[in-house]
Amino acid sequence: MTEQHSFRAPLLDADRAIPEGLTDGLGRPAGARYNVYRNNVAVSLTEALETGFPAIAKLIGPDNFRAVAARYLRAAPPTSPLMMHYGAGFPEFLKTVEPLAHLGYLPDVARLELALRRSFHAADHTPADPALLQDVDDDALMSCRMALAPSAHLLRSPWPIVSIWAFNMRPGSAKPQARPEDALILRAEFDPEPLVTPEGGAAFVTALIRGESFGSAMTAAGDSFDVGVMLNLLFTHRAIAGISFEDTP
Amino acid sequence: MFDTDHDGLPAMPGVGYKPQHFNDILRDAAPVGWLEIHAENYMGDGGRPLAQLRHLSERFPISVHGVGLSIGGEDPLDPDHLARLKHLVSWLNPASFSEHLAWSTHDSQFLNDLLPLPYTDTTLIRVADHIDQVQEALGRQMLLENPSSYLAFTQSTMSETDFLRELARRTGCGLLLDVNNVFVSATNLGYSPIEYIDAYPLDRVKEIHLGGHDEDEDDHGAPLLIDSHGRAVVDPVWTLLDETLDRTGARPLLIEWDTDVPDWATLRAETVRAQEALTRVLA
Repeated sequence: MTEQHSFRAPLLDADRAIPEGLTDGLGRPAGARYNVYRNNVAVSLTEALETGFPAIAKLIGPDNFRAVAARYLRAAPPTSPLMMHYGAGFPEFLKTVEPLAHLGYLPDVARLELALRRSFHAADHTPADPALLQDVDDDALMSCRMALAPSAHLLRSPWPIVSIWAFNMRPGSAKPQARPEDALILRAEFDPEPLVTPEGGAAFVTALIRGESFGSAMTAAGDSFDVGVMLNLLFTHRAIAGISFEDTP
Repeated sequence: MFDTDHDGLPAMPGVGYKPQHFNDILRDAAPVGWLEIHAENYMGDGGRPLAQLRHLSERFPISVHGVGLSIGGEDPLDPDHLARLKHLVSWLNPASFSEHLAWSTHDSQFLNDLLPLPYTDTTLIRVADHIDQVQEALGRQMLLENPSSYLAFTQSTMSETDFLRELARRTGCGLLLDVNNVFVSATNLGYSPIEYIDAYPLDRVKEIHLGGHDEDEDDHGAPLLIDSHGRAVVDPVWTLLDETLDRTGARPLLIEWDTDVPDWATLRAETVRAQEALTRVLA
């Protein structure tokens, strides 16, 4: 066992004895001084999770959140020094927390928060000019392909995740109604906005992301899909990064 | 040898940049002389953090301060992380790059804290090798910061100041002297802070850090100071700064305040005091 392995192992495991060979500088055993590091690690990782999942903390309360975080950070310590990515496994982990089982929507709200964070740090792009679609004949429109911004994310859910998120994070938001909501996360400039995807919109966006043609995405979206509403939403949030009219897959 | 100038940081007060201060800094008629950023917070692909940094870098010298390279680690440096750092330093071309005499990653686990190492011939070779790799990758000199210590290793065969002197000699790196860390470590381990400063390779010091600490006690009721960066710099640390500046002359001074971050006016007041310390030594 290496030195740093011996030093590291008890950091996240309070049952393990403090490493040997540590003193207070005057020759006495370091004792509880080692706990400064234990505390630093646990507190800093808990704070990273609180920063990343504020709606979850609001939904279950700060004390419960810290208790869940304490379990998560021991089960899944970071594997990268980029704390902006920490907590990717937190939504799945929440499914395993028995006392939270009655809050079935929690993992999906956590996925939404994760997607908001990814969107926040995603690459910038130059939005496509909506004028590109003016004076385009139907054939050209149906065969064109639209690339979404790197900051655009779609999240499908059987729960009203956007409304639950807004009700907890934006004072004055309407009480969530029991209905499924597909979240469309769009970042017009720097602030990702979670939106409820219009009917058929999730299939439409999924097809676009797959690189399918506009016409194929329209077909996937179904008869009740209002393409005008959807395009308006995407263009006003500067979420179309490019439109290509070449007839290549 | 590496380019050791890069214009460098000005011998003025700077602060650790916090996004909540962005507008206040730009509105301030007489803001600070420079800003420090934590490298890892600017390794995303885009968005506001990078846009703010680009904007600020047009007005202020920037110091990139890494907190995740694990230079004191037993494991090899993470090549992906080194590449990300190289990318950041390449496009930003900051006035300075610094990291810590500490480790934070082991067996692919990142612990998000600056962990201590014993000072021995073995660790000296390892850390020197890591510093060589960083300076090679970045094509510039780096500064290494002395840690805050809460305990000591029975294995250590040399003092921290000798360890740092030998690292600087072998690698050509500069040093970032954190006087709050000196005060914290000296109190915690029972030595004199000014004797530490006198033993320090001061000719290598290119930047000085100042920050606040918390007070606790160990098992024997002895004072145990915690380097929290969550409050104002205390008077004994300002005094230690004066004594240090008497020996080094004026240096770039950084106020670190990372937790319970105050409003801009409160942080700015700390830099005024730092400027007074510089003015005194320049007089």
